[in-house]
Amino acid sequence: MAVVAVQAYTGEVRDRVENFHGNQLLYIGWEDHLMIASPLAFLFPPTMRFGDVLEKALPNAFGVHPEWEKIDWNQAQWFKSGQAWTPNFNQTLAENGLKHKDVLRFRTPGLTGIKGTCS
Amino acid sequence: MSNVFIAFQTNEETRSIIEAIADDNPNAIINEQPAMVKIDAPDSLTIKRASIEEKMGRDFDLQELHVHLITLSGHIDETDDEFNLSWLN
Amino acid sequence: MDMKVAAKKLGLKERYAAMTRGLDWETTYQPMDTVYPYDKFEGIKIHDWDKWEDPFRLTMDAYWKYQAEKERKLYAILDAFNQNNGHLGVTDARYINALKLFLTAVTPLEYMAHRGFAHVGRQLRGAGARVACQMQALDELRHAQTQIHSLSNYNKHYNGFHDWRHMHDRIWYLSVPKSFFDDAVTAGPFEYMVAIGFSFEYVLTNLLFVPFISGAAYNGDMGAMAFGFSAQSDEARHMTLGLEMIKFMLEQDPANLPIVQGWIDKWTWRGVRMLTIVGMMMDYMLPKRVMSWKEAWEIYFEESGGALFKDLARYGITIPKCVAQATIEKEHITHQAWTTFYQYGAAAAFNTWIPEKEELDWLSEKYPNTFDKYYRPRLEYLGEQAKQGKRFYSTTLPMLCQCCQIPMFFTEPDDPTKICYRESDHNGEKYHFCSDHCKEIFDHEPEKYVQAWMPVHQIYQGNCFKPDVDPTAEGFDPLAAVLDWYNIQFGRDNLDFEGSEDQKNFDTWRQTAKSNG
Repeated sequence: MAVVAVQAYTGEVRDRVENFHGNQLLYIGWEDHLMIASPLAFLFPPTMRFGDVLEKALPNAFGVHPEWEKIDWNQAQWFKSGQAWTPNFNQTLAENGLKHKDVLRFRTPGLTGIKGTCS
Repeated sequence: MSNVFIAFQTNEETRSIIEAIADDNPNAIINEQPAMVKIDAPDSLTIKRASIEEKMGRDFDLQELHVHLITLSGHIDETDDEFNLSWLN
Repeated sequence: MDMKVAAKKLGLKERYAAMTRGLDWETTYQPMDTVYPYDKFEGIKIHDWDKWEDPFRLTMDAYWKYQAEKERKLYAILDAFNQNNGHLGVTDARYINALKLFLTAVTPLEYMAHRGFAHVGRQLRGAGARVACQMQALDELRHAQTQIHSLSNYNKHYNGFHDWRHMHDRIWYLSVPKSFFDDAVTAGPFEYMVAIGFSFEYVLTNLLFVPFISGAAYNGDMGAMAFGFSAQSDEARHMTLGLEMIKFMLEQDPANLPIVQGWIDKWTWRGVRMLTIVGMMMDYMLPKRVMSWKEAWEIYFEESGGALFKDLARYGITIPKCVAQATIEKEHITHQAWTTFYQYGAAAAFNTWIPEKEELDWLSEKYPNTFDKYYRPRLEYLGEQAKQGKRFYSTTLPMLCQCCQIPMFFTEPDDPTKICYRESDHNGEKYHFCSDHCKEIFDHEPEKYVQAWMPVHQIYQGNCFKPDVDPTAEGFDPLAAVLDWYNIQFGRDNLDFEGSEDQKNFDTWRQTAKSNG
């Protein structure tokens, strides 16, 4: 709906991809591991290999969790905007169809967080 | 039935005000908390100038309540003699 | 010979009428719609502004008199508190961190409220409503000033207070209250009155000022008690103004109902989200606790707000839909918020910590349905890690909600183990939200919220470094550069309370106060 205003009103899209100097935002959350309190925001070039996200970016962000080392990545389930999704680890973000501000979640079956509380 | 409430800072003046309210509103529940007193009453609460003057032993303008008031809830009807809080529904 | 007859003293109602009616006039050189250009575009229909009544019937002369008395009392207490080094009488220096958050987050809002009411106090064409708004504008300015005075005293002794105004426009978590108020003041005058006058003042400020400030007193802080209750004594009048505005709009025209209801729904939720931080302060940052956030919510929202909405039902107003979710969340949000601040404790201008065992026990007792099941193991694990020298600090920025700007730590209403993700597409761009209600607010006016200054995105756009910084330089440390831009002194203002300068100073000063040392 339109903004109720004294005259025609449009807003400047402050976070359009052009403002990120060739990079794009990707949000990633680890299901059932809320010790890391919220999904995280990453800035990656669209040419980045998806496998590098997993191998280089995620350990920094999630590796502090005691269950990180126990993850079997072959079992991990991925979701994009809540829908089941299968990444190709050797393809880039763009080739995987990941766009600016997409949101991914991964589930690691069998791992239920600190003392099984999904923490 | 809903409660109305009013809360005052705890001080020498409000001691008399709260005593007067308690006398005039037998259903009111006086709840003392750190640095404040909260008064809850079913449906309505009346604060009477004359009763406060009696307790204080001096003239009192009901608008002086503003100085000590912390919060309240309910519709207000105020005259020179009475300050009323109530829900209409 | 003329007899001198003593003029009969006017009663309160007549005095009010004399001081607020017939002060203005119908303009003739310019049409009224040109003089008051902003009070029609929102669609609110007002037929007779003379039906406006201020139930307190406070006239300007009485206003000055009582406000002056409040100020005298307030400054007497502040002076006594400061002369006597009252800050050393608080329970524990951890408490000061609650004040840091309060004074850096809320005080600038008081000033924004002043600007908002000054604007509305010019734009409404009814003189009675204008007078009430102008008084409130002055009150809000007073609140900002008294809080700044209080802050200046704490700033002499403790870290994190030194650049509150600068920080308000920059730090990620302060963007939550800032964007809340920016949203309100950029609305039309009637929406502003519902947003701040009604939803915030009437429905929510009790939760901000009453149990928290009573808690400050309980923790020995007479300074915060003085400015807090002095401010809240004006709030009683503000709440009345907000409620009066609601009744007035609803009585003026039945077509106003759906517009007003929409605003109540929106602003109740906006306020509820923002008060998450206040709830966290009550449950985690007051060493001695008066009541839990859940209990405060039950008394001041469920009971008192419930009575209010029941009363307004006669106009057709219904309790906002979001209340169902907020009621579920009362047992969760403070724990979720504190673990978030804890992990981002390197990027905050106050200290964070894991509660002590007795405090965890208190939380278990106050939150029997949720604390042991979901949150205590998390906090205990983090506490053990910290003891082993592995204090957890996240260095990856969180995903934020496009509407409330809070990190997306809120969980699904029906499953506290699942983060709640919502999204909308608007003109080919994706937007993410923490809840159905934040999404709904966006979907209603997307063009407003696409402009949101999202702190995390601004950092990634490179807008949160000082001008002379070169992010392409070898060894560039973005977090350090952002903290520098925030004017947070690393190792002084941020990190864990354990080992902090505030902790050491407080202990030393306390010892000095107790003995000749």
